[in-house]
Amino acid sequence: MIHVVLPFHLRNLARVDGEVELDVAAPVTIRAVVDALEVRYPVLRGTIRDHDTLKRRPFVRFFACKEDVSLEPPETPLPEAVVNGAEPFLIVGAMAGG
Amino acid sequence: MSNVRVLVGTKKGAFILTADGKRQKWKVSEPHFAGWEIYHLKGSPADPNRIYASQTSGWFGQIIQRSDNGGKTWNTPGSSPDELKGPEGMPKGESNKFVYEGDVGKHLWYDGTPHPWEFKRIWHIEPSLTDPDAAYAGAEDAAIFKTTNGGKTWKELSGLRKAKSNLWQPGAGGMGVHTILLDPKNEKRIYIAISAGGCFRTDDGGKTWKPITRGLKSPYELPDPDAEVGHCVHRITLHPSKPDVLFMQKHWDVLRTDNAGEQWKEVSGNLPTDFGFPIDVHFHEPETIFVVPITSDSLHYPPEGKLRVYRSKTGGNEWEPLTKGLPQKDCYVNVLREAMAVDQLDSCGIYFGTTGGQVYGSADGGNSWNAIVRDLPAVYSVEVQTLP
Repeated sequence: MIHVVLPFHLRNLARVDGEVELDVAAPVTIRAVVDALEVRYPVLRGTIRDHDTLKRRPFVRFFACKEDVSLEPPETPLPEAVVNGAEPFLIVGAMAGG
Repeated sequence: MSNVRVLVGTKKGAFILTADGKRQKWKVSEPHFAGWEIYHLKGSPADPNRIYASQTSGWFGQIIQRSDNGGKTWNTPGSSPDELKGPEGMPKGESNKFVYEGDVGKHLWYDGTPHPWEFKRIWHIEPSLTDPDAAYAGAEDAAIFKTTNGGKTWKELSGLRKAKSNLWQPGAGGMGVHTILLDPKNEKRIYIAISAGGCFRTDDGGKTWKPITRGLKSPYELPDPDAEVGHCVHRITLHPSKPDVLFMQKHWDVLRTDNAGEQWKEVSGNLPTDFGFPIDVHFHEPETIFVVPITSDSLHYPPEGKLRVYRSKTGGNEWEPLTKGLPQKDCYVNVLREAMAVDQLDSCGIYFGTTGGQVYGSADGGNSWNAIVRDLPAVYSVEVQTLP
């Protein structure tokens, strides 16, 4: 089971508390996880990536196992620790403030 | 007794203010969509319980919200968890999908070079006068979209971009369709206004559009002060009984037309400054109009630190300041274009919100004012529903 952590505003939009658990078939890639997330929560379509191009929105970042994987190709397999649920896949709003 | 419901969009959420017809005691809701920018929310004239809202974020983009119970609860049409097992199958989550049609083309960028159209957000939602499932949405970059299924999907009325859009150029606030006026006597006629784009009209339900800017002069903003497009129209309004008469607050100048925009004339008259953003019409008096003069395009606050609404009972030219109950010193807020509205009660109520988070209301046609609430986030939009 993949554990996905959403930022505050997307949790509210999707009406979820805490982490989201997703069953994603192998290979577990960045794209596969976001695909599964959008199937479970259609309201998130267009908020993480563009509807048509599926390009990540500029101020959204993807973290896994303490690494920023935002710039990795969407087909990139996620680390085993994310695949087996030991570590979460984080979707993060870029930091704002000062 | 009638009630009023004031819908307030702010920089950090939406608020709903309610009162009975006396409009003396107000209830202020908790924030809806807390933390999100709410550019606009407006109720359907055909079903006041249906309210559409434009929720946006620099991080997560555009969201369209809809309430079917007067703002008590909200859903994203066609994508809410409640619809997961709906008769139409899996929800598609396309209520926030705004796609420009056909050859997208280019408009002018800030530096004058061609720049491709890019969707940024919805500035304004105008529900149909007769069908709760139909509404128009004004977008940045400037375009108009229509839904006929309650906001589940949107389709561009792309004919607008054939109206010399290659010459449109954003101002500092962005290039958005901020005003959509539906003619109550002619369902095929729609007026729109675009920030730094101008004013346009369709007479065929949105297939074709033409600029209606004759008489507008912008000597400090445009190389050709009489240009057909490019004028920074801040707001237009009309009275339902006289839809051929429009009033305009332009970047500079207050104007009116008596022939559906074919010719405009300036009616700034004795205003202390004719720069400003909102303009609205008294519900029962088609020639009584309200503006909030702002010092200048460089100083977005009231002259002399005095917040004054100006009223003309003669359709312009002759203006009187309305000050009772409004701060008359040390006031340096702005009033944005979408942030004024009138109710339909016998004694017409007028409401406006400020960038300082105050919402002021008058229950006597503007003669006196009270702060309904003082400390909201910066107010982007104010709409009023008059309920039975």
